[in-house]
Formats: sequence, C-alpha cells, structure tokens
Amino acid sequence: MKFLVCISNVPDTTTKITFTPDNKEFNKAGVQFVINPWDEYALTRAIELKEAQGGGTVTVLNVGEADTEPNIRKALAIGADDAIRVNAHPKDAFFVAQQIASIAKDGGYDVILMGKESIDYNGFQVHGMVGELLGIPTVAPAMKLDMSGNTATLEREIEGGKEIVEVATPFVASCQQPMCEPRIPNMRGIMTARTKPLKVVEPTGDAPRTQVTEYQLPPKKQGVKLIPAESAGDLIKLLRNEAKVI
Amino acid sequence: MSVLVVVECDKGEVKKSSLEVASYGSQVAQLLGTTATAVAVGEASEASLTQLGEQGISKVLYDAEPRLKDFVNGAYTKLIATAAQKEESTVIVLANSNIGAAVGSRLAVRLQASLATNVVELPKNDGGQFTVKRGAFSGKAFAEVVLGGDRKIIAVKKNSIEAQHEAGKTATVEAFSAQLADTDFADAPKQVVMQDQAGGILLPEADRVVSGGRGMKGPENWNLIEDLAKALGAATACSKPVSDVDWRPHHEHVGQTGITVSPNLYIACGISGAIQHLAGVNSSKVIVVINKDPEAPFFKAADYGIVGDVFDVLPKLTQAVKELN
Repeated sequence: MKFLVCISNVPDTTTKITFTPDNKEFNKAGVQFVINPWDEYALTRAIELKEAQGGGTVTVLNVGEADTEPNIRKALAIGADDAIRVNAHPKDAFFVAQQIASIAKDGGYDVILMGKESIDYNGFQVHGMVGELLGIPTVAPAMKLDMSGNTATLEREIEGGKEIVEVATPFVASCQQPMCEPRIPNMRGIMTARTKPLKVVEPTGDAPRTQVTEYQLPPKKQGVKLIPAESAGDLIKLLRNEAKVI
Repeated sequence: MSVLVVVECDKGEVKKSSLEVASYGSQVAQLLGTTATAVAVGEASEASLTQLGEQGISKVLYDAEPRLKDFVNGAYTKLIATAAQKEESTVIVLANSNIGAAVGSRLAVRLQASLATNVVELPKNDGGQFTVKRGAFSGKAFAEVVLGGDRKIIAVKKNSIEAQHEAGKTATVEAFSAQLADTDFADAPKQVVMQDQAGGILLPEADRVVSGGRGMKGPENWNLIEDLAKALGAATACSKPVSDVDWRPHHEHVGQTGITVSPNLYIACGISGAIQHLAGVNSSKVIVVINKDPEAPFFKAADYGIVGDVFDVLPKLTQAVKELN
C-alpha cells in the first residue's frame, strides 16, 4: 500500500510570534522550525500501518522552499521511505492542495494523510480541498485509523463525540491525537535518511484565491487584578458586577 | 445574489455557534444589500428553524433525508452546494466547527470559491475588496485576508460574534431536496458515540469553562473542578499534561494541539500557563488564574488572579457562586 504523508514546516510551538516591520510576513529571524505537530501523527501512523502490513511505502510531501529540507530529512529519519518537495512558498491552502492533488494523482497513492491543520496558518482546509480535487472521501479530523485490506476504519471527531467511519481506499484523512504516539528519529534512522531519495518538483495549478494583507498581534492584557486567597469569594462578586460574565 | 448560512442542528435544536453564524450571515447580507437564507443540517425541528427569523434569516431550506441526521462530509457538501446554486449565493457562512471546516474546504473547490476559516469579525467590503480578519498562529496573532473570486466562504470562530435576537420574527421553512444518492454517503458513520458531558455542556460551545492542570495533583481531586463548573453552568477542561497521563479524556485538552476555546470566562486552576496552553485559551474574554506559585506565567495573561492553594480556594469559590444564586 502506498501512503502519502503531507507535512508542513512551522515555527516551534514555543515561538514568540512577531512580524516584519510592514506586518505583511512572519518574522523568521531566530525561529526554530519543526514538523507541524499534527502532521507527526499522520507520519507515525503511516509508518506503523506500513510495518503492520509488512510492505508498502511511505512518501513524505512538503510544499516549501529549500529551507524546509532539514525537516523533510527528519521525517525520513523517523521512517518515511522517500520524499517530494514542491519547490514553492505555500501561498494559501488552495495552492497547497493543488500541489498535493497533482502529486497524489500521478503517484497513485492509496492513503493520503496529513495533520488536522498547521499551527501557523490554522487553515484546517487542505484535507477537504485535496479530497474534492481528487474526487475521493475525506475523513477529518481523524482520531484513530486502522486498515484491513483496502478498507479503513476511522474515528472522526465531531463536537461532543465521535463517528466511526469506514471508507475504501483511496481516501484522505487529517489526523490528530490520540491516533498514535509520534516517533522521534533514532541514530540509525538519521544515518539512513541522508541517502533516501528527496525529489524536488516545480509547482503547478491555478493562482491562490486568498491573500494576507496584514498580520496583527492580539491587544495586550491590562494586567492582572489579584484577589487575596482569604477572601476568594470576592472574585465571584467581581465576575458578576465588574466583568459581568456570570 | 444572496448569503447562504449553514446551520448545524442537534436533537432538534440549532447549535449556539450556528445562531452566531446566522446573525453573522444576516449582517453580511445587509452589508451587501441582499437577504440571508439558511440551509439546515443535522437533526432539526421545524419550530427551531422557524425561530431563525430572530437572527435575521428569512428562509430556511431543509432536506428531511434521514441519513443527514449524522455528519457525512460527502452528502453535506452536495446538499450545501445544491442550495448555494439554487439561491445563487455569493457568500456562504458556516461555523468554524469540525463539521463546518470539513465541509467548507470541499465546497471551496466544488464552487470555485475562496475560503477563510477561523474568522473573528464581520467582513469589510471596501472598493471591491472583500476582507476578513481571522485567527492565526494558534491564537497568537490575527491576519487580515482578502478573499478573491465571485464566491466567498467564511467559517466563523465560535463566540466571536454575538447572536442577535429580534423576538417575534420568524423564518419560513421550505422543503428542499438535493437529490442525494448512495454514493454521496461513502463516509457515512457506522456508529456515533457521544461523550458524557459534565452537566450536559459541550466544551467547544461553552460560555464558561473551568480547567484544571497538574496542580490538581490527581484525577481524584477533579470533583473540586466539577463542583465549581456545575455551580457556574460551565464545561470542564484540562491542560495537555493532564490528558497525556489520562487523568482526563483527550477531548478536554485545551491548547495549541488540543482544542481552542473562546468562552466569556475561563478559570484555570493549577495550570502554570505554558505558551502552548495559552494559545488555546487567549481569545477568552475574561481569564481567571488560580495558582499557588505567584511566578506562574499564566498570571501575565490573566484578568483576575488568586495566588493560593486550589484545594483551599476552589471550595470557597463554589460556595460564593451558590450564595450569589
């Protein structure tokens, strides 16, 4: 079975977010980039399923410029077999979805996995767009994924519960916890990753449909009003009379 | 031209987030000089759909196909796309829920529309440029986004728009069929499992949230959290370390890689306030932090704070709420 796992290159979760002086772009200076944490569930689960099937391949796909390659190598070190990088800045979700769909179509992948969303843009869009472009089902967000032959059983989270869904390959799923325990690379993985194939292709498709014109930081908090622990009950009065939230 | 609003229903009621979406949609319709029509999904009742008039909706389309009671991505997409074509909708508004985002992204491709999720304000329509403000970087920033093309889809973040209520106004409910076929139900659920919600309040929809961290010392102490939540009519939540060690279920995990909440009131008990946790809660209107460590970073993001032992403070708060009511 052929798995395609799509990964994003995002600022580390502890990053303090700042923007360029014109507020048009994220300020990358001094920022550590990581594999999008949601995508790690997709990657590890694909590797686990491949191992359980005793065959098949896991291909990692990233839409990004050359600076994303360290994290693509990391995905190879975790256990993917090969990688494809679409050499382009990921302009918007639709642009990225077109790249994924084009590669998925050419490569004949059975299962296309990705994280629920990227922690930088938080679009939660790419999975559905890829599914629609390819005309195949999407299950999003998936908390569990098991395969039996060409049939997958997934748990899809809905507000307040979950749905158990069965779909046949090919399909797209966007992944989140508790699907698996994301793996970290071991030394042998890091060594072998260096020689695994990483193919670079140029982008295709139509122009993006959305454009960010400005980023803004949230307004600063006024500062905390402290209430002595002895008179904790006063907090409740403040919440009613001052903040008016209860 | 019209605005199409997607309302999610559950057990015969329109979800709170969908009332907000309906209000948002009718205000967009006013901005564009047109009317707002709704299309209902899930288990709806005619009475609750009629009431959408209070949010400024004039007409509600409802397909009574029984298999639409549960979420099916393929079928919902076709249903909404058919409604959008029938109504010649140029703007489609849905909730930024698991359902809204899953369907919205498929619709964007099918209808060749531009899409913005996680939207927090009404759009601006200046000089032919249609701009929305959306949350980005997991709650650490906002982005102004221009939506191109003839059709736009907007997924509105929960609790960022207040639902309006114009008492007495009603919407007409119109039977509607999208001619759904078996192939549209490829991802229909075999089974639906709903969680036991503490006090019946769903965390993503909650106005008030009481949340516990490692400072609670163990799952056996969660009655303190639950008591306060019950008194306040709040949902319960937890930090990542707490769900990682299975003190609480994963669906209660709030933060960057859990769920993002934006209630009117968020009370954090024994949570230090790691940046990943703050990302999930910092759009809450009022944040209260209770922690015995005065240096806990969460106090910097809080509106009100109590430096003290949660085991001592929580019962006092519960008592004070009971006295107030």
